[in-house]
Amino acid sequence: MSLDRTDVEKIAHLARLNIAEQDIQEYAENLSNILDLVDQMQAINTDDIAPMAHPMDAIQRLRIDEVSEGNQRDHLQTVAPAVEAGLFQVPKVIE
Amino acid sequence: MLEKTLAGLAQGLAAGEFSSVELTQSYLDRIKAEDGALNSFITVTEEQALSQAQAADQRRAAGEAGPFTGLPIAHKDIFCTEGVRTSCGSRMLDNFISPYNATVIENFNRAGAVSLGKTNMDEFAMGSSNESSFYGPARNPWNTECVPGGSSGGSAAAIAGGLVPGATGTDTGGSIRQPAALCGITGLKPTYGRVSRYGMIAYASSLDQGGPMARTAEDNAIMLNVMAGFDPKDSTSIDKAVPDYTLTLNDSLKGLKIGLPKEYFSDEIDPQITAQVQAAIKEFEALGATVKEVSLPNSHLAIPAYYIIAPAEASSNLSRFDGVRYGYRCNDPVDLEDMYKRSRGEGFGEEVKRRIMVGTYALSEGFYDAYYKKALQIRRLIQQDFVNVLAEVDIIMGPTTPHPAFKLGEKTSDPVAMYMEDIFTISLNLAGMPGMSIPCGFANGLPVGLQLIGNYFAEERLLNAAHQFQQATDWHRQTPAR
Repeated sequence: MSLDRTDVEKIAHLARLNIAEQDIQEYAENLSNILDLVDQMQAINTDDIAPMAHPMDAIQRLRIDEVSEGNQRDHLQTVAPAVEAGLFQVPKVIE
Repeated sequence: MLEKTLAGLAQGLAAGEFSSVELTQSYLDRIKAEDGALNSFITVTEEQALSQAQAADQRRAAGEAGPFTGLPIAHKDIFCTEGVRTSCGSRMLDNFISPYNATVIENFNRAGAVSLGKTNMDEFAMGSSNESSFYGPARNPWNTECVPGGSSGGSAAAIAGGLVPGATGTDTGGSIRQPAALCGITGLKPTYGRVSRYGMIAYASSLDQGGPMARTAEDNAIMLNVMAGFDPKDSTSIDKAVPDYTLTLNDSLKGLKIGLPKEYFSDEIDPQITAQVQAAIKEFEALGATVKEVSLPNSHLAIPAYYIIAPAEASSNLSRFDGVRYGYRCNDPVDLEDMYKRSRGEGFGEEVKRRIMVGTYALSEGFYDAYYKKALQIRRLIQQDFVNVLAEVDIIMGPTTPHPAFKLGEKTSDPVAMYMEDIFTISLNLAGMPGMSIPCGFANGLPVGLQLIGNYFAEERLLNAAHQFQQATDWHRQTPAR
């Protein structure tokens, strides 16, 4: 599986990653090598094999729907890049 | 005092030979004097350590000390520690002072442990050499031109270098066992779900597992006693009673059945490693174990399956780092998309970006069945291999790594070559079973690790076997020249 510049740009956009223009070629090569490595899987017939998501095939544990955490907004916002009046600030989204 | 194991230090504290404050200060002094050469710590928490030590001494004076009270350790910088920078080895979290504690940290706090600081690691635990750390690589105390392994390389280097008697690590594809092997120490990856993942910054959630690292199996047992247990805050934590892992250390190995997978003894492995591993297995036979050849036929598929599953989970887990609520935010974003893209582009290093992109690609429209679903099917084949073999034998043994520690920079330009270093460790994370690495010799002056693999929740068995081996040998007592 070989990826070209356009593929890398598309994937980087989907992942919301800014990639420097001069690095795209190297990413294309490295990602292609990684995909070549994983393509060994395609030689194996897995038609009747159930996909394994958890080693013990455990299911999601449920809990009673009740309040278990107090309001820690101010405490948690101490590490935020930009906050005003208890709200996270981001660049303007709507004109 | 500083040459003692955790078990020895616990005795010294209990006997009043030294106080936790004295012990802690001695380690802090040594870190200050010697970590310049190793770069094994990202953050040293001197003030907190001394106040924890003081509290531990008071607790002992009041007659309320437990087995771990006053013992100094360090934590991989992946465990969120309240009031302390928790960087995960990344520029993205260089400014992140965690507002809460991971359950593992809480458990050690409750036991009265002293934390000396946070250890170096590959960025977001993605790496096998510690070279992807934003803070520069930790170095191998046996040869500072060599890597300590990764991702828990700082923890391994600090222990091998005598800067701390024990440290936590995490293992997603070998990140406890591989650095333990390369630095000549003992490390254990528990069964998936045995140690809480709450507050342990997520890389690949279905594979990540925290565990202990120290010089000896006995110290691993002492640490695991504190770390293991059910945690309602971790949705995949297993609700199963935790034994006292120190009680079975001295059980006899007579009749222990050891399986040697033929796939782990191929020609591609450094012959010196094979020779040391075979000598170690002879030692186990002398201790009463029997040995037979077994086969894990799907071993060669572990790395391919891992490099879909782990990046896929990582691309999802790391989507939370968007510059909005915490972590790195780029300067002067023009709009929201620019902020996301530049914060992530500038905040993440190369290897992390590569894995996010592999995962994004594998999960993108039209590729899911060919990659992610296929990898999960292969995962079951790999698990079945282990289940089948462990129905016949008690412990599987082989080398932890195919080579001893390699030179810094040797594999950084070829990600796939770096990935291959985890060939013997990765399959176990896919299966979810526990594994250990213990020192078993040297190759060209660099440590060699023996891997022990057991069935689900067989940590007692592994620790017992490792301890008995360490009673009969002294590889774990070797220390690098200071």
